[in-house]
Amino acid sequence: MPQMTMVQALNLALDQSMESDDRVCLMGEDIGVNGGVFRVTQNLLKKYGENRVMDTPLAECSIIGTAVGMAMYGLKPVPEIQFSGFTMQAFDQIEQNMARMRNRSRGRYPISMVMRAPYGGGIRAVEHHSESREAYWAHTPGLKCVIPSGPRNARALLKAAIDDPDPVVFYEPKAVYRAFKEDVPDEPESMEIGKAKVAREGNDLTMIAWGAMMRPAAEAADDLADLHGIDVELIDLLSIKPMDTETIVNSVSKTGRCLIVQEAPQTCSVASEIIARLNEKAFEYLIAPIKRVSGYDIIFPYYQTEQHYLPDPDTVIEAAKDVMAWE
Amino acid sequence: MPTKTASKRSSGTKQSAQRRVTEVVAPENERPMRKTIDLGDIEDLQILNEEGEVDEALDPNLSEDELKKIHRAMVMTRKFDIRMLAMQRQGEMGTFAPGLGQEATQIGQVYPLNAKDWFSPSYRSFGAQLWRGWTLDGLMLLWAGYYEGFEIPEGINDTPFSIVIGSHVLPATGLGMAAKIRGDKSVVVTNFGDGASSQGAVAEAFNFASVYKAPVIFVLENNGWAISIPAEKQAAVREFARRGAGFGIPSIRVDGNDILGMIVASQQAADHGRAGKGPYLVEAVTYRMSVHTTADDPKVYRKEDEVKAWEAKCPIRRFEIYLRNKGILDDADFERIGKECEAEILEAREKFRARAKAKPREVFDYLYTEMPPELKEQQEEYFRKLDRKGVE
Repeated sequence: MPQMTMVQALNLALDQSMESDDRVCLMGEDIGVNGGVFRVTQNLLKKYGENRVMDTPLAECSIIGTAVGMAMYGLKPVPEIQFSGFTMQAFDQIEQNMARMRNRSRGRYPISMVMRAPYGGGIRAVEHHSESREAYWAHTPGLKCVIPSGPRNARALLKAAIDDPDPVVFYEPKAVYRAFKEDVPDEPESMEIGKAKVAREGNDLTMIAWGAMMRPAAEAADDLADLHGIDVELIDLLSIKPMDTETIVNSVSKTGRCLIVQEAPQTCSVASEIIARLNEKAFEYLIAPIKRVSGYDIIFPYYQTEQHYLPDPDTVIEAAKDVMAWE
Repeated sequence: MPTKTASKRSSGTKQSAQRRVTEVVAPENERPMRKTIDLGDIEDLQILNEEGEVDEALDPNLSEDELKKIHRAMVMTRKFDIRMLAMQRQGEMGTFAPGLGQEATQIGQVYPLNAKDWFSPSYRSFGAQLWRGWTLDGLMLLWAGYYEGFEIPEGINDTPFSIVIGSHVLPATGLGMAAKIRGDKSVVVTNFGDGASSQGAVAEAFNFASVYKAPVIFVLENNGWAISIPAEKQAAVREFARRGAGFGIPSIRVDGNDILGMIVASQQAADHGRAGKGPYLVEAVTYRMSVHTTADDPKVYRKEDEVKAWEAKCPIRRFEIYLRNKGILDDADFERIGKECEAEILEAREKFRARAKAKPREVFDYLYTEMPPELKEQQEEYFRKLDRKGVE
């Protein structure tokens, strides 16, 4: 099995989907000749031509709006928004059309499209390049939102998103893009949207993370086991919406304790929703209040200070010890 | 920018030069380093004037059957408009956006389309929707707040109308891009108003359509008012058709109350798209004779005199003069057709009344192809609520 970075794995997923289905087409800023600013779409223009890999004018609202039209026609567009911070320009079209056209047309025009966008901090980028706004997409009826955490699940999730009959926001943790390699099989691989993965089994504390936060969470889980004797069950959420409530509830029913790690701002966040669901469905099993290690309700810091904003293993370990302190 | 109006042709039986060219003329300049950029000419078209006089050289000479069909559609549009307003006032209809006075603009823009072409309208488009095959009772259901009203009739490629101003123009452009990519010859007509033309998304759509040479016909219905904002406050140019030139889109300004002019302009735009030449902008100059919606009172912001002046430009009246002069229909026919349309509408109202049953259990439907478990759970809770309230 070849070893790949997440960028290479995403490229493989796009390539194989385009090869097997000629309705799949890509569009976005600098995705063609340039291969995307992160090179996720490298070489695809050469292979599939301008009708299927479209270097677009610089207008995010147009990219999503016209992609919706192409999906209404019956194509399967996979538009790229260069950085998730720029999805705000496209919010109009995401909310008014992408999310609700199927409903407004009484099922006549399902919108099978995937909006890809690199999200999150940690790469020393300029302002507006580090946002984590997955809560917006979870809050918008009609959308699905998934976030991979490594090369292999990125490839499988992207295939699943492209195959999905409904619109999917595909958030790519750009801090993970080239952070490590994994074995990724040649043959196409998919996974079910809406399913979380237990990344590490444990009995003392349930830890929930997704995307780029899986790395500090996993590192903290290792240290908690090795240095503090705390046996963490780590859940990789993978799908923000729909959310795998069952896996979360089962785990917390077993451990009685839960810690959520996210880089997004705190208020009305995905962590807030997880806590609400556990309150509804696992309250009787809780030994300690659920805690979150989160980004703050501030504009994402400029890069000289971003390392202090982002949740790190030490902070996660301290929070885990707090949760464990409840008897 | 200075403009001049020049007569483009001298033929025709009437004195008025009804097809004019608005030229963008830059000041003469002697310095060679400072040149003039030619933005091209914008046609200004009228074939049937307010008095019902036709410019015979420009008359598309449609067959009698076609003319009768068009006339009937315009009358039906008006009668439907009047009936819907009455139904709203009587409490039987929800908020409704009348299109009184815009019948020629409506029918003309979709006249060149076939079923497989795409039509993506804004909300004040029932005239065009009826022409396309939407049913009278279906449109009543739609405006009365029943989901079924949004069901798109089989066999036509129409989209639901947009409510958020200008929000549909980008997807309409995407439809054209897809048609172009797939090499099919269908074209897209999308309409929006003078107000919508201020939306950034509409300008973006012009650009994308032009860059990709998408077969999209942008019909800008300049009806003078965006709720209470007059067109002269909406834009600093009087001719919205000028917008096209900056995007490389051929544009035409047409008397939107002249059905023949609308048909010729729309046909010319459709031919252009089918030939693979890209988008076209048609500015239809018309007037919103009625309220913005039934929740609006125009007395607050516009003078009755202005409305009176436009009554004289009625698109149906002038078309009836034309039909009478051609010996195709006479006054007795007009009266009969009006009555037939009204009867059809009343029949549709009965159908609507029979179908007008709210289905609260359907509100979760059609959101996802397969309902996610978390939504299923919410639906079950909602059903329990309905059960408790004894709602079916």
